[in-house]
Amino acid sequence: MTTQLQGADIGQRLQGAFPNAVTAWGDDEVRVQSDTIVEICQYLKDTPDLKMDYLSSITGVDYVESFEVVYHLTSLTHNHSLVLKTTLYGRDDVALPSVIGVCKGAGLQERHVWDLIGIGFTGHPNMKRILTWEGFPGHPLRKDHLGG
Amino acid sequence: MALPSESITINLGPQHPSTHGVFRLRVTLDGEVIQDIEPIFGYLHRGTEKLAEERSYTQIVTLTDRLDYTSSMINNQAYVLATEKLAGLEVPERGQYLRVLTAELQRVASHLMGIGFFLQDLGAMGTPLMYCFRERERILDLFEMVCGARVTVSYMRPGGVNQDPPPEFWPGLKELLSDLPHYIDELERLINENEIVLARTKGIGVLSRELAIDSSISGPNLRASGVAWDLRKADPYDVYDRMDFDIPVGSNGDSYDRFLVRVMEIHQSLRIVEQCSKDIPDGPVRADVPYFFRPPAGDAYAHVEASKGELGFYLVSDDGIAPYRCKIRAPSFINLTALTEMLLGWKVADLMVIFGSLDVNMGEVDR
Amino acid sequence: MDSSFDKNALFSTLNDFYLGLLPDSLSWAAFLGTGLTIVFILVNAVLMLTAFGTYMERRVLGRFQTRLGPNRVGPFGLLQPLADLLKLIMKEDLRPLMADRLTFFLAPVLMVTSMLVVVAVVPFGSDSFLADLNIGVLYLVGIPTIATVSMFLGGWGSGNRFALLGAARAVAMLISYEVPMIISLAGILILAGSMSLVDVVEAQRLPFILLQPMAFFVFLIAASAEMNRSPFDLMEAESELTAGFHTEFSGMRFGLLQLAEFGEVVVTSAILATLFLRGWENPFIPADWSQVLPPQVWLIGKILFFMLIFTWIRATLPRMRIDQVMAFAWKVLFPLAVINMFVTAALVVAWPEPTYTQLWAIAGINWVVAIGCLIGFSLALDKHRKNPTASVQLVKIPTEVA
Repeated sequence: MTTQLQGADIGQRLQGAFPNAVTAWGDDEVRVQSDTIVEICQYLKDTPDLKMDYLSSITGVDYVESFEVVYHLTSLTHNHSLVLKTTLYGRDDVALPSVIGVCKGAGLQERHVWDLIGIGFTGHPNMKRILTWEGFPGHPLRKDHLGG
Repeated sequence: MALPSESITINLGPQHPSTHGVFRLRVTLDGEVIQDIEPIFGYLHRGTEKLAEERSYTQIVTLTDRLDYTSSMINNQAYVLATEKLAGLEVPERGQYLRVLTAELQRVASHLMGIGFFLQDLGAMGTPLMYCFRERERILDLFEMVCGARVTVSYMRPGGVNQDPPPEFWPGLKELLSDLPHYIDELERLINENEIVLARTKGIGVLSRELAIDSSISGPNLRASGVAWDLRKADPYDVYDRMDFDIPVGSNGDSYDRFLVRVMEIHQSLRIVEQCSKDIPDGPVRADVPYFFRPPAGDAYAHVEASKGELGFYLVSDDGIAPYRCKIRAPSFINLTALTEMLLGWKVADLMVIFGSLDVNMGEVDR
Repeated sequence: MDSSFDKNALFSTLNDFYLGLLPDSLSWAAFLGTGLTIVFILVNAVLMLTAFGTYMERRVLGRFQTRLGPNRVGPFGLLQPLADLLKLIMKEDLRPLMADRLTFFLAPVLMVTSMLVVVAVVPFGSDSFLADLNIGVLYLVGIPTIATVSMFLGGWGSGNRFALLGAARAVAMLISYEVPMIISLAGILILAGSMSLVDVVEAQRLPFILLQPMAFFVFLIAASAEMNRSPFDLMEAESELTAGFHTEFSGMRFGLLQLAEFGEVVVTSAILATLFLRGWENPFIPADWSQVLPPQVWLIGKILFFMLIFTWIRATLPRMRIDQVMAFAWKVLFPLAVINMFVTAALVVAWPEPTYTQLWAIAGINWVVAIGCLIGFSLALDKHRKNPTASVQLVKIPTEVA
């Protein structure tokens, strides 16, 4: 069974390594600041006993007052997984750094989040819309798209 | 003396006999050699994730059928697992066994289709395709017995499956299990060591282990590149922890390995189906769940080993009858991350072979 | 004029018949009429066989693929070729704006012509043929080159870069395969002592398939390539990027190209039957005994047999890539053909007038050499022979229980 790493353990470790990065932790999730996401993912990948080298999925969620980006990370060698969440405030021009340097699998997924929810990822080499077309009005998965 | 030459850009698709659905690829060629590709997605985008926000949890099962339409049962299974995790539902044992049984049959059908079309792309003029489809027809007949539909089955529900299979299902299944391994063996004898198939797939489109893990590749493509990672073993769900089966793992990561991994997985799936049909207990097939149920607020992520890779559903609930957000982690979509690296430097004739060996389904890619 | 047609009883009979009808001053018209009548018979025979052949191929392919072929149009679907013809005739004839008028027009015409013209030298009886050229075999291998040229004309004249790509690949492949095709026939010429097809058939005391197995295999494979049949049909590969030189042809132009392509199968089968299986004679018994069936039946039977072989190969094998195709021609077929030529020459020098038993000895030696060469070549060039399925192994992973 893939073990879900405890949010408290990882949260405290990350807080030790990156002060001011961790905002909260739950049972199996850790919330971090959006601009520190790249360093944290790199740390999780490089630390030998964590070795979270497999990015399962990146999700964007539109909670009307904020956006949330959820990262599901897995380690193939240790068979454990972790959920990272970041919160972004604002409505237009929200952006956070892209983790494509840490894990190439973010490439298409970040484009998907940009296309459908409108969260930009800085540092992505090909930040274009992927399922709709360039010039599509708005971002379809937003709650206020076409009047909601 | 080097002759001056210029590259040409050709558009492949979206309608093309061989691109496994509506997939468009702009290829820049220098003579026969591929220099750059630009995939263009979205021709089958139906807004499944947005639609799911307006439908009740039970209704979304029908939406999930149409993601990877060649493996509907497994899509259903992934979704209902996520719903059950979110709502804390318990599934009766008979329901779990039925889920595993139908999911593995669906995996066989999906791999048969993938293999058949892969060989068709190689130019085998339809003969192996027809052989594979002949077997797939028998599996689809069984599905029709179980739930009334052949392709978009909508068989599973949050809490179990929809209904118990009729009495004629079990003898039909037994007959299938006794015949099908021999037909697959016959296909293997004809194809596995065929000179032309080997010449056109061995060493073509190599996906290295590191690139596969880095690009979040999953499923048979990942296993063909040498990573022994199968969610049915690593993170078992339903009754997979009681099943005895092996995982085929390749070593070269080329198209031939991807093809052979799928062929060998068919045999393993048939083993699982046999064990399920023997060990299945009696009892209810579905937990007592109201049609409109409201999971408590929160989120849950559940993933299964679909025929194309790791299919995951991330559901966010706000205590309503429909999910607040339903995100689909589609394996075919993410398997295309490494497409550029896999195609560069090969010839045009290899493009079809490599793309066919990845076995992507555009229903999943575009959702 | 009369002396050269002594051997051609069919011609003489028809000529006398026409001379009887016409006044003496128009004896040239009788000659012309006779020629045209035989041409009429031959062309109709080839076209009928082509039409039947398309039907047979679809049925046989269907049976190979565990499905029925066309069986609705007419009894057993026999009128299917007619239905196809009507469909193609009724289609709109499109000509792209960028297409060159003359080449676009000429390409299908040249292909059909070159296919039909070849059958002029095929004899269908010891004394019935259209023309018994002394250079018959040379004629047989020279004329299909026109088909190659017309393919390139079609591709280039379409004004479509895909078609041009396909046509260029086609020409490269076809020219490469003509070399082994021609050299493999050298062995037959040495044994027969003459290039005339009637002489070749009459020189086959044992059918040349027994005496020249390597030449047979090389010619069969090279002819498959010349006709763009599987496994060399990358020209019209639907699943490849380019649809080949016939992308822009539609309607009856396309119909003519398909006719030419399948007609080439019929004509090549006729050539194979004549050169290797004793043409119009019963291949199983010596020529002086009575042939059980009329010669035309034997010839058509052998043509159908070879057409079945080509369809069988098509149903079974996947397609090769262009560079593998070229490598195969130059590295495998060409050396095999040359070896065959030298071995045959050596045997003919050793036994210039072979008796029946010596013929069987020659056949035996040739078969041993053929099988030896094939095994040798396959071992030398085969990189994948050592257990190709070993790259994927079953791994037993213990399930991680919760």
